Amino acid sequence: MAVLVINGASHVVDAPGDTKLLWVLREQLRMTGTKYGCGIAMCGACTVHIDGVATRSCQVALEDAVGTRITTIEGLDPKGQHPLQKAWVAEQVPQCGYCQSGQIMQAAALLAERPNPTDEDIDEVMSGNLCRCMAYVRIRKAIKRAAMEA
Amino acid sequence: MTVQTRKDGVTRRDFLIGSAAAGTGLVMGFSVLPRLAGSASQAIAAGNYEPSLFITMEANGRTTVHITKAEMGQHVGTALAQSVAEELEVDWNDVRVDYPSSDEKWGLMITGGSWSVNWTFDQLSRAGASGRIALIETAAKAMGVPVSECMAKQSKVIHGPTGQSMTYAEILSTQTIDRTFSEDDLKAIELKKFGTYSVVGKPVQQLDIPAKTNGTAGYGIDVFVPNMLYGTWVNPPVRWGAKAKGFNDSAAKNIPGYVKAVMVEDPTQVQMNYVIALAETFDASRRAAEAIKVDWDMGPNADVNSEGILQHAKSLTDDPNTGFAWVLEGDVDANMSGTTHDAEYITSLTYHGMMEPMNCTAQEAGGVMHLYTGCQWQTRCVAMVAEALGMEPANVVIHQQYLGGGFGRRLEPDAMLPAALAAKAAGRPVKLVYSREQDVWFDFHRSITYQRMSGAVEGGKLKSVKQDVCSGWATKRQAPGFLAESVDKKGRIDPFSMNGSDFWYTVPNHYVRAIENDLAQSATPPGQLRSVAPAWTFWAVESFIDEIAHKAGVDPVDMRIAMLDAAGKNAGTPPNSVGGAKRLRNVLEIAVGRAGYGVKPMGEDEGMGVAAVSSQERGSPTWTACVAHVKVDRGSGEVTVKKLTVVMDLGTLVNPDGVMQQVQGSTLWGLSHSLMERATMENGMIVQSNFDTYTPLRINQVPDMDITLVQNGHYPSGCGEPAVTVVPPAMANAIFNAVGARVRELPMTPEKVKAALGEA
Repeated sequence: MAVLVINGASHVVDAPGDTKLLWVLREQLRMTGTKYGCGIAMCGACTVHIDGVATRSCQVALEDAVGTRITTIEGLDPKGQHPLQKAWVAEQVPQCGYCQSGQIMQAAALLAERPNPTDEDIDEVMSGNLCRCMAYVRIRKAIKRAAMEA
Repeated sequence: MTVQTRKDGVTRRDFLIGSAAAGTGLVMGFSVLPRLAGSASQAIAAGNYEPSLFITMEANGRTTVHITKAEMGQHVGTALAQSVAEELEVDWNDVRVDYPSSDEKWGLMITGGSWSVNWTFDQLSRAGASGRIALIETAAKAMGVPVSECMAKQSKVIHGPTGQSMTYAEILSTQTIDRTFSEDDLKAIELKKFGTYSVVGKPVQQLDIPAKTNGTAGYGIDVFVPNMLYGTWVNPPVRWGAKAKGFNDSAAKNIPGYVKAVMVEDPTQVQMNYVIALAETFDASRRAAEAIKVDWDMGPNADVNSEGILQHAKSLTDDPNTGFAWVLEGDVDANMSGTTHDAEYITSLTYHGMMEPMNCTAQEAGGVMHLYTGCQWQTRCVAMVAEALGMEPANVVIHQQYLGGGFGRRLEPDAMLPAALAAKAAGRPVKLVYSREQDVWFDFHRSITYQRMSGAVEGGKLKSVKQDVCSGWATKRQAPGFLAESVDKKGRIDPFSMNGSDFWYTVPNHYVRAIENDLAQSATPPGQLRSVAPAWTFWAVESFIDEIAHKAGVDPVDMRIAMLDAAGKNAGTPPNSVGGAKRLRNVLEIAVGRAGYGVKPMGEDEGMGVAAVSSQERGSPTWTACVAHVKVDRGSGEVTVKKLTVVMDLGTLVNPDGVMQQVQGSTLWGLSHSLMERATMENGMIVQSNFDTYTPLRINQVPDMDITLVQNGHYPSGCGEPAVTVVPPAMANAIFNAVGARVRELPMTPEKVKAALGEA
């Protein structure tokens, strides 16, 4: 048994210690906002915050997540009204939407560190997050909008 | 399998609008049995209606439009609901959408081809209008005023002379509505005209977006059903043709949660058979599948590689007796004189790569197999799963989920089959999710294509064009009923491997030959990949026009414009192609003007190139032009995109912002295919395995884009795919204009650009 602190709440999990956090979140705790895309940290769909740092949950073993503070898309804002989430609606960013939890979590970490990101900052931090619909133009605009309105 | 040919999937029936009693809400849908005696209300009370077809209105006025198209990023639900709301005159805030499960009553359920709005706009408009008429008639009677003096607006019927009004909610909660429209009645309704719309053409927010920003949108991969097992399919060693002879799971038995493995036949031959590891947890099923040893019969494709598929295409094309004519006009051979040119064009094996890998959760209950997944072609997938299970199609139901990308990939039943077969074998529901690697390896890829072109120029225009198109024929595999008879009546052709080569340029002598690459067909079972044939046919045509124009000393833009004269068959026909080639000329001229082609000073090793396409089909063209502006590094062969200028005329934009999203994304798809995306086959297997080796475009690679959408009120065409097809030839032409290097194979990697520089 392991105890995880996710979005401020404790969850007891029964799984082998080397199970990846992504699958614990999705299949055991059924917090499905965090998505599986590649399993090798090449797409960013599974991005969560661990102690505030944007992290690929497909690469983190359950045993290493114990004792950390985990934030998922479900807990980014209690009402789903984080400035980025509002900007994502205002700019009509998502197409299929599947990668967007990861995009938003990655962008939230970017804004926490660099509240007024430049295009270069966005390129640097967001290029690990694939969007197959290629909604990139709007992802960039929405990050800038959120930065201005935050 | 049955393929219905009527495009909207609806057979000839009456349209019923009725409520069983006041306050129970309103149902609008087609009658199950045509010409049944009795009124709409009686038919509805008797259950002789399709309860969720098209539109339902609750007594409070809330209106739901039932969407039988897949929601895969194109926000189709919003656009279709707008089409209804415009004529129904319902307040947009009262409109909802939902996505019903598969059922025969919906007719052909397919989402693809940029067809959705084009196929249904007229029908949905008429459905909405008939609802409005029924509401007005009912309210006029209730108010005791003449119908002719009433109008509807914003969920309210208003009597003009007195200003007296009834809201839709008041009508629905106090009145009974009973109205039948025959097909002729529907046809006679005068619809609103472009320029008078209040919902169509407005950038309303997409109804599916809020759920896609907070993690609550439900995709196939997010489904759970009680008591389910997880299934993982053991990878066959080749893409297609290997058969498991037996397996040994002794190593898997030590994995906690492992239940058992099943070996199941697939009568549909999507795979020969499957060995599926079943476990109580997802993780255990994955580990077990890796631990299971399978004894494989390798089948016929174990030695196939990409180069062999390409060489096979070349030898097929060399043989003048292969293939059938797709276009046959004039006499090409007798008119190959003057400035002539010939060239060959190649596109690589390409992967769909939706962010949500293929998956399905299958649950059998009460003799019905329930499949939870995102699907683009329910009609086909239900039929194939039914065949595999030996069940009646009526007892297989697909419960539609959001699709985490479709791009043509989810036309295929391949995740449903092993999930359903395993569920049946195990007697418990099974959730089966492909790993990314499985999704790459067992994709229905765009096959390798090989094309050979020759032509002759006279007086600044092409007088002859000959095009051989050799590719896998996805349609032959998916739905042989969709194959088309060749114009030389010698055989049947996959039109979805040929569309685009029947272009809108006036060329008096034109011959296009369709050749099936049977090796590609077997070793790399081809699928439809976003933009389908026009992605390769226009790659050849638009590159070739540039090449031969340069050779003839004519500006490639001038040559195109001279041939876009809208003469003869290129004049176009209403509704889809009204205006014909003039509309393509118009977007080309706009693109050229906006980009400053031929005018803007170019830096060293910079150049602009153009392309103009009428994707997707000749019968439903979306007129699209692109100017690419690039800079080429002669040392490395690296291409930098300075700007992509895209102009698209699709008549009427039902949801302009949605169209813009689609064109932004598909333009970048075109760029990604131009420079980056390539899969290869060795020993019958795909070499690449994940996004480290198959590398679509990322945010740091997005160039400056200038996108213009032309509206003129013509009938709406599709927008999801055409830009994919216009960018690659524009890029190739720009690279040539920048440094004189002609690249004839996609993707145009630095190595290929360098090799072409060596030949320049």
